[in-house]
Amino acid sequence: MSSSPPTAPPQAPVAEPEGRPPGPSAPLRVLALLRNTWRGLTSMRTALILLFLLALAALPGALLPQRSLNQQLVDQYFTDYPTLAPILDKGGFFDVFATPWFAAIYLLLMISLIGCLVPRNLDFVRAVRSDPVATPRNLARLPHHATATLDEDADAVLARVRGLLGGNRLRAWQRAERDEAGGVRTVSAEKGRLREAGNLVFHLSLVGLLVGLAVGKLFGYEGQVIVLSGGSQFCNSSILGYDSFRAGLRVDGTQLEPFCVRVDDFTADYLPNGQPESFRAQLGYQTAEDVEAGDTTRWTPYDLQVNHPLRVDGARVYLLGHGYAPRFTVTWPDGQQRTGQIQWRPVDMTTMLSEGATKFERPGVTDPAQRQTSQIAVTGLFAPTSSGGQVITSVYPDLRNPQVAVDVLRGDLGLDDGRGQSIFSVDQTQIDSGALTRVARSNLLPGESVTLDDGTRVRFDDVTPWVSLQVSHDPGQDTVLVFAILLLAGLGTSLAVKRRRFWVRLVPAADGRTEVRLGGLARTDQAGYGEEFDRLRAAILGVADPPSEPSDPHHQPESSGTPGTGDPTGATDRGDT
Amino acid sequence: MPIDPVLAAYSDDFYIGAVAVYVLAMFLHAFEFVGSRKPVRVKSLVATTGDDVASSGADVPAAPTGRTRSDRFGRMAVAVTIVGLAVHVGAIVLRGFATERWPLGNMYEFTSAICLAAVVCWLVVLRRSPALRPVGAFVLTPVLILMFLGGTVLYADAAPVVPALQSYWLAIHVTTVTVASGLLMVAGVASILYLLVKAGKAGKLTAKLPDAEALDRLAYRVTVVGFPIYTFAVIAGAIWAESAWGRFWGWDPKETVAFVAWVVYAAYLHARATSGWRTTGAPWINVVGFATIVFNLFFINMVVAGLHSYAGLG
Ligand code: HEM
Repeated sequence: MSSSPPTAPPQAPVAEPEGRPPGPSAPLRVLALLRNTWRGLTSMRTALILLFLLALAALPGALLPQRSLNQQLVDQYFTDYPTLAPILDKGGFFDVFATPWFAAIYLLLMISLIGCLVPRNLDFVRAVRSDPVATPRNLARLPHHATATLDEDADAVLARVRGLLGGNRLRAWQRAERDEAGGVRTVSAEKGRLREAGNLVFHLSLVGLLVGLAVGKLFGYEGQVIVLSGGSQFCNSSILGYDSFRAGLRVDGTQLEPFCVRVDDFTADYLPNGQPESFRAQLGYQTAEDVEAGDTTRWTPYDLQVNHPLRVDGARVYLLGHGYAPRFTVTWPDGQQRTGQIQWRPVDMTTMLSEGATKFERPGVTDPAQRQTSQIAVTGLFAPTSSGGQVITSVYPDLRNPQVAVDVLRGDLGLDDGRGQSIFSVDQTQIDSGALTRVARSNLLPGESVTLDDGTRVRFDDVTPWVSLQVSHDPGQDTVLVFAILLLAGLGTSLAVKRRRFWVRLVPAADGRTEVRLGGLARTDQAGYGEEFDRLRAAILGVADPPSEPSDPHHQPESSGTPGTGDPTGATDRGDT
Repeated sequence: MPIDPVLAAYSDDFYIGAVAVYVLAMFLHAFEFVGSRKPVRVKSLVATTGDDVASSGADVPAAPTGRTRSDRFGRMAVAVTIVGLAVHVGAIVLRGFATERWPLGNMYEFTSAICLAAVVCWLVVLRRSPALRPVGAFVLTPVLILMFLGGTVLYADAAPVVPALQSYWLAIHVTTVTVASGLLMVAGVASILYLLVKAGKAGKLTAKLPDAEALDRLAYRVTVVGFPIYTFAVIAGAIWAESAWGRFWGWDPKETVAFVAWVVYAAYLHARATSGWRTTGAPWINVVGFATIVFNLFFINMVVAGLHSYAGLG
């Protein structure tokens, strides 16, 4: 856009109004502005700047905590930097990849790319059909050139050139032979047009990739759910079944594929030092079709492992994590019993020491006031392999010697006041207010129980592992994969293929001799044409390279180990431009 | 998966051995530099630009036959580097046997493999362009720094890897990342040298270093090999993440910085095709690209928490 030369000012007043013909009409000016904007936008320089901006804009996504990855870290950041964090938050820095400014950059890049590629594409199609360009008048001006007078006639040289440039199909040059005045004959050769094709495939794949990503963002979803092993089921029938759910922009949860999963068993193997070696969950599953057919007995088995998701009905089911769910039975003095089992969460991933709260209501109590004195919570720690002793901890992640260290609380759990509460703990305010009091504390092995003051018995029955599953659906990911592969193929092609031009001019000289002039030009940035040109030159001119042992690197212009400059024709030869 | 402690110990010995041999190669390169200096040539080269290269080749008479002492030191440096490489390969292979897994499971092992890739890349470059030999010292410098850090700060005992890492995609993804990083390291070194020579900051070394254009060409040629490998590695990582973590791309810090590095290298290739950027801007971008990769390897693994952070530290 800054197309006016910097030296303009002095002359500027001269060109002012009066004698000047009326300027272009407003619509034309707008058109010119649009055209200039478009040219600016699709220029290589703009692409470069936008690429920089893209790289720069992505960086905060790595350096600042991101909501999409870890909300807790974001909260922590807010407490650590109370003044800075809200400002950053306004700019969307905790959700970089969902911000309008990030989207603006990549969309501009895509527009620039399409605007850049369409004309290129047309040029490319034209170029593929046309002959290599005519031989320039003065070959000596090219970066690579050589001249020699040979004792052969033009036909002999021409035959050799054809042979050299023909070669096998793939490596062949495209050639055109032309006659000039005075019996001068020329050969123009070009190769590497595939490079252009590769470049186009590469850039167009970027657009395709973005489309695939967009489809995933719109129509994909991801949900997590915890399922107890030992036969519990989960069905993908509605969002409500999930513990957490992230829906794509066009997903309202009514169109999920209603397949079902049953977790039959979970096993974890650990090394002696407690490092996990493998996790596997034995699943049975029913596809949406099975479910619709109403056949509830047919469960297809699947061995779910980390790195081996179950792929069913366009969704994937992953094994994300696991933990333990201790089971407790409360027996009231009147003989009534309730059994409760809910997941406790690991607090130490290496020993799987877990914490949680299993909550009970006394059966048959309907009076609200009475309910608020009789609710029971069993809360504390669970150790899969207990250290034993008064204060237990876990020493190993596997179920070798399970034990719980629990407080039994009785009173009002505060479940009725409408606020949601954590399933892993009791409401501390209820304890603080005295509505909930501790009535027992004990370490229990499976089968052991503790008796409360009123005769109620709380027994630790046993423990069942739970698994946390993730169900993901991304209808765009196959598209993304296909374009990623195309992108790679295009990139490889365009970087490997060298686009080169080579010209020969044969000028008849006296005594049936022929003056041979060669010229070479590398069309695109590709180092190393020098050597190839040297090879062609040697083969055509038949000049053996002088035996030169490189004694000092500086004597070698191509720095490539091909000692090639000291030829008798005195041709200069340097790197590509 | 039992660990074979004897093999693991041998592997460690080989690693130390490789470092020692590379140090020796460094010294030989240093002797190469101080060995013989030819002031005549220094002058003709300071002004070297495009066309002058060829004429300087024609004007300055070739060095007398028979090798100079400097040249002999240079040759020895290369030979010793090859020995170092053999020992280095031994260290990595023994690690693999000791742990019965692909020996790329923690930062110590990645770092070691990146250095290996850089040295291999360097020797391949040297085979094709022996004149670049004096650059060897500058390739070995970051290799030695990384190997030293690897053997001390990053060192991790031979151990099996967690379930998420037990996949053949580990081999594919991590191997290609390390190969690409090694290559891009060589390219980055070439670009740094290019910038130093261009700015006249290389001082007396300029006399020994290849001319600026050769360095620039080296950087470009290695980058165009390294970049597609890097691209493949990122795609392979995404495929692996799809089966290991439930999504192929999640802007995990490591993924984000890999993306940034990729974009920077794309910018480098663009700059090479943009007038006004080719010789001035592009080498800087190449250096920034490698800096981003190093940043990703160290800072992201060690400081920023993410899914990739289990790379064997702590
Ligand atoms: C998302 C944005 C882009 C990325 C990641 C990207 C990446 C690349 C890469 C890696 C190359 C080198 C490989 C090859 O030669 O094919 C390249 C080359 C090229 N790109 Fe882009 N590009 C992008 C956008 C653009 C835009 C907007 C334009 C047009 C203004 C453009 C024009 C070109 C041209 C002309 C080349 C060929 C350079 C040569 O001949 O060496 N690219 N691009």
